[in-house]
Amino acid sequence: MNAALELKNVGKQFGSVIALTDVSLEVHPGTVTCVLGDNGAGKSTLIKTLSGVHAPSSGEFLLEGVKTSFNSPRDALAKGIATVYQDLATIPLMSVWRNFFLGNEITKGLWPLRMLDVKKMKTVAKEQLMQMGIDLRDTDQPIGTLSGGERQAVAIARAVYFGAKVLILDEPTSALGVRQSGIVLKYVLSAKDRGVAVVFITHNPHHAFLVGDRFYLLNRGKMINDFHKNNVELEELTRAMAGGAELEALTHEIQQVKLSEGEKKEG
Amino acid sequence: MSEVAKDERVKSNTVLNKMLRRPEFGALLGALAIFTLFTSFDTTGNFGQPGGIAGWTDIAAPIGIIAVFVALLMIGGEFDLSTGVMVGTAGLLTGMLVTQLGLDIWSSIVIVLLFSLVVGFVNGWLVVKTGLPSFIVTLATFFVLRGANLAVTKEITGTVRVSGTEKAVNFEQAEALFATKIEILGANFQITIFWWLALTLIATWVLTRTKFGNWIFAAGGDANAARNAGVPVARTKIILFMMTSGSAALVGIMLVLRLKGMQAGQGVGMEFFYIIAAVVGGTLLTGGKGSAIGASIGAAVMGMAYIGIPFALWDSDWLFTFLGAILFTAVLINSFVGKASLRGRKK
Repeated sequence: MNAALELKNVGKQFGSVIALTDVSLEVHPGTVTCVLGDNGAGKSTLIKTLSGVHAPSSGEFLLEGVKTSFNSPRDALAKGIATVYQDLATIPLMSVWRNFFLGNEITKGLWPLRMLDVKKMKTVAKEQLMQMGIDLRDTDQPIGTLSGGERQAVAIARAVYFGAKVLILDEPTSALGVRQSGIVLKYVLSAKDRGVAVVFITHNPHHAFLVGDRFYLLNRGKMINDFHKNNVELEELTRAMAGGAELEALTHEIQQVKLSEGEKKEG
Repeated sequence: MSEVAKDERVKSNTVLNKMLRRPEFGALLGALAIFTLFTSFDTTGNFGQPGGIAGWTDIAAPIGIIAVFVALLMIGGEFDLSTGVMVGTAGLLTGMLVTQLGLDIWSSIVIVLLFSLVVGFVNGWLVVKTGLPSFIVTLATFFVLRGANLAVTKEITGTVRVSGTEKAVNFEQAEALFATKIEILGANFQITIFWWLALTLIATWVLTRTKFGNWIFAAGGDANAARNAGVPVARTKIILFMMTSGSAALVGIMLVLRLKGMQAGQGVGMEFFYIIAAVVGGTLLTGGKGSAIGASIGAAVMGMAYIGIPFALWDSDWLFTFLGAILFTAVLINSFVGKASLRGRKK
């Protein structure tokens, strides 16, 4: 089976600055592919290349086995690649259902009397969110009243509903607390269960390890390593990502996380 | 964990909370309070009667017609300071097309409306293309038009006034549509009032029930997120500028038909009245939230103050001070009510 999306030896340069070199990755439907990298590793450039903002300088971009290039993010969206940006996903003062259908509004009637089918949009939004496991009593509330995790979840549900084959998540958990991150990770898994190829970009190996099927490590614009879920442990992933120098400090942090995870399981 | 979250969500979905969430709710309460205030201090016994209502709605209507579209523009995240002067420009231009070029009234009206749409387009295009704040761009338009109004009028007529509009061919037809009076319950209501009510309803429908309305909220709420969702933000904003400018021209046309002439300085300074009406009506200065009905309520409050103060035999010199106090109070109440309605729903 062809990968939903595949990069082959992709490079990206901005003038004399080399942002990505020889990056190859495969993303399969119904899996979560994690791209891990520290700040400055080239994650942002990779996201922008995947979502159609930048065209690669070299290498091949394959969509379901076919060589493809995008003119714009809209173009990528039309071909089934949806990107959920951390802060730019929803409009806080607008209601949940308006956010859900923004840019894809359902209308009825003929111009100039063509109007929004509010009832239908509310029903569909509620249904779709419910299917993703987001239970809102009232889709009329401003989305800003939801927590950060729930907002990300609505954005994910929206992308899935509008037929995303590949869902790119840009650091969806980086600004969230442990509990909120948990909410988002749950929806990442439900998107995966619905057959979406999820690309989860993060600098947090703990979050990646909880949901990922495959892990790519990005450093200084290069893929330095990749693992399958079956042959990697969290310690190994973290060590590979952090490098030797920062390991001491991280060991402490990991132990804390493990403790709290243990508590969660008990509770 | 999720059970707890659900319980927290269930509690506060009351009717009151839904009302509080409406942006014009505070303005409605304020308008009722001000109506009660002026009715009780009224020395003529006329303020709440048909005659009095016809008086203050006549003041409110031209403010309201523009304020409704200014509100839409502000919800879309932009400002227009050239609205007031556009009223003057439209009136003067109508007068000159009729008196200098001898055009009939309908051609003149169509030309003036098209001209105003072009001005609106230029405002919007400059804002979208340059990325400069609309406050600055439209301030420039304001000064350009203000100067042109005076200079062109003086150059052509030799005075600071255009008069003689009533000599235009078909003037009576246009007057019947834009500048006549309608008798209801023994009082004469200006037809502008009905234009105002109709435009308020149309704008409300557009804002809350159409795709374009959805895009207005999105463009003002977060332009980047809107773009990511596929909303044509630039086009939405340009259309909003055109609508605002067009509404100002409509008021200018109504005024020149009614007065049968116009002063070169007409409308200057009025731009703030429209913005105040919109803000009193619950429109957020930073965009993304507001209502057309609210802006009309804001305009009604101004009309009441204009008529209510002399009816109460208070010193009319304090009118602006009064309006300033109302503005501040309204914004304070709106911000409090808005926060309270959000607080009720927050976890």
